[in-house]
Amino acid sequence: MTAISQTPGQQPTRGTPPAAVLTNPDEDTKKPKRARKKHLYQGTNRTDTWKHHLKKDWRLYSLLILPVVFLLIFRYLPMAGNVIAFRRYRPGSNIFGDEWVGMHYIEMFINDPTFWRVFWNTVILGTLTLAICFPLPIILALMFNELRSNKFKRIAQSISYLPHFMSIVIVAGLVIQLTSINGTVNQIITGLGGDAIPFMGLPEWFRTIYVTSEVWQTVGWGTILYLAALTTIDPQLYEAARIDGANRWKQMWHVTIPGIMPTMVVLLVLNIGTFMAVGFEKVLLLQNNLNRETADVIATYVYRMGISQGQFSYGTAIGLFEALIGLILILSANYAARRMTGTSLW
Amino acid sequence: MVSTAAEPDTEPQKDKDVAFETRPTRSTKIKDSTSYTAFRVFNGIAIILVCAVTLYPFLNIVAESFSGEGYIRAGMVNIIPRGFNLTTFEVVMSDPMFWRNYANTVIYTVVATVIAMILTTTFAYALSKKHLKGRTFFIGVAVFTMFFNGGLIPNYVLINSLGMTNTIWAIVIPNAISIFNLLVMKAFFENFSTELEEAAAIDGLTTYGILWRVVIPLSKAVIATMVLFYAVQFWNSWFQAFLYLDRRELYPVTVYLRNLLAGATGTQDLGGDPGESTQIAANVRAVTMLLTTLPIICLYPFLQKYFVRGIMLGSVKQ
Repeated sequence: MTAISQTPGQQPTRGTPPAAVLTNPDEDTKKPKRARKKHLYQGTNRTDTWKHHLKKDWRLYSLLILPVVFLLIFRYLPMAGNVIAFRRYRPGSNIFGDEWVGMHYIEMFINDPTFWRVFWNTVILGTLTLAICFPLPIILALMFNELRSNKFKRIAQSISYLPHFMSIVIVAGLVIQLTSINGTVNQIITGLGGDAIPFMGLPEWFRTIYVTSEVWQTVGWGTILYLAALTTIDPQLYEAARIDGANRWKQMWHVTIPGIMPTMVVLLVLNIGTFMAVGFEKVLLLQNNLNRETADVIATYVYRMGISQGQFSYGTAIGLFEALIGLILILSANYAARRMTGTSLW
Repeated sequence: MVSTAAEPDTEPQKDKDVAFETRPTRSTKIKDSTSYTAFRVFNGIAIILVCAVTLYPFLNIVAESFSGEGYIRAGMVNIIPRGFNLTTFEVVMSDPMFWRNYANTVIYTVVATVIAMILTTTFAYALSKKHLKGRTFFIGVAVFTMFFNGGLIPNYVLINSLGMTNTIWAIVIPNAISIFNLLVMKAFFENFSTELEEAAAIDGLTTYGILWRVVIPLSKAVIATMVLFYAVQFWNSWFQAFLYLDRRELYPVTVYLRNLLAGATGTQDLGGDPGESTQIAANVRAVTMLLTTLPIICLYPFLQKYFVRGIMLGSVKQ
């Protein structure tokens, strides 16, 4: 937590992996320079007080008011609202609950076998998604990169980005349609002489369906940052590699991959951070009474317990648990990335 | 998926002979070896397959939209409509609730995008000023919300207690600032020429004046991109509405569609045989999906480059 709030100066490059490496050293060298200048020209530190800055920049600060109030109310207040995981909450009363109940709700979910089932479902689904949806965009980007015809490349890219702009409801609709008893997938199966499978009603098929639809929706758009990173690789590096006798495979391995490594690391860290959150909305849309055995994840369980059944505090306790795991994952992934590759989010 | 997976197999082949070709020539223009040519052909085919797989579901709903129910039920519809008819369109379009919800989507999208743009632009502009004391702190406040959020229930409790349930505000306000968009915009403003702003300040413009009359008119590209990002996000969103709206006449069209899907899977759930009602639903479902996503599909080819540019704005700037 502290790590984030202390060094967010480098955060602007979050969505900007290629530049991240380029700007970070810059920022380091800039800071002492600026400090030195200040001493030269201003002599004293008197001008560096809050009062002075507020007076000088009050218009800029006034621009901050609305957004910051927004963040406080709609982002930070709910964070504080998590306190109802430890307090009894009655709908309609104080949003921070009425009385302390200690670890009651925590114990409750730890002793709840359904919780552990949805927990493992979440871990499995998250792992599958990460293992499949993280590397595929890299491969696709490298494939795009090998295309010579710019027109073909542009059209192919445009098509591959399209699913990203579809509503999750549409994606769920397409999935239901394609996997229905008379949908395309079953048309192929029966065409090959098999028996039609009611995919959406079978728990053993849910993970396959979910991950496939996730790949369909994300793989194209996922290439964008890699393609951006690929354009920043210096062509001279390839030439040098060729002079050293590297064939194309080796060029890819020793020039291309290291060139997009920072992007890969940053995206991997981000993916690990959303690992527990798995596509909640999509899971909710795709799950039904028949496939719930595998299709129930923590987020949907929270929704069902907390909102459908009105057990607000219980749902909050589970949700908080999930959010904390997410935070720990991203912090440790970032730490590990920095130690091992020198690239990190912050 | 299948085609991308096939790609690595082809890669090792090319390295055997290419080495002989590339080493002696030592120039940027190299005649391709046969194996590399083979790889390129294979790569091209693989990419065509990826595109086909990507497009197929869309073609499938278009085909189903125009097909007769009997053909869908018999599992005969793939990309060519069979038993061509427009009755399903008439059925869907004659439902006043569909149009009502469609109009709601338009209203929510417009209002939400305006609110989001105001908050994001002012925030990003203030944060882009490197001399602003406390800047790092405010950036931290914003960025932290990317990694940790209050969670579903505390948010729900908050919106309820603010009395926003069953109002447009529950849809258009809570997601007003996307931190990603904020950071892209901030990066753009940071690269904005300081000379221009200084000149404007000398001419007597205040910060507000500079933002409104100088910076915004010169940032049309990034603003257009952000508007698109937000508009698509709000057009597609359904969960906020599903959570906070109880009255059908307030639903956006995505929730209308969601209820259709839930109804359709509901019948399948019960293990009932795919009866007539489900099949009509399959038709109606396809048409509703098509109509819901039509604006995006129609505008997409023209707007696509702005989306990509928006991502690039944030990434390859130094």
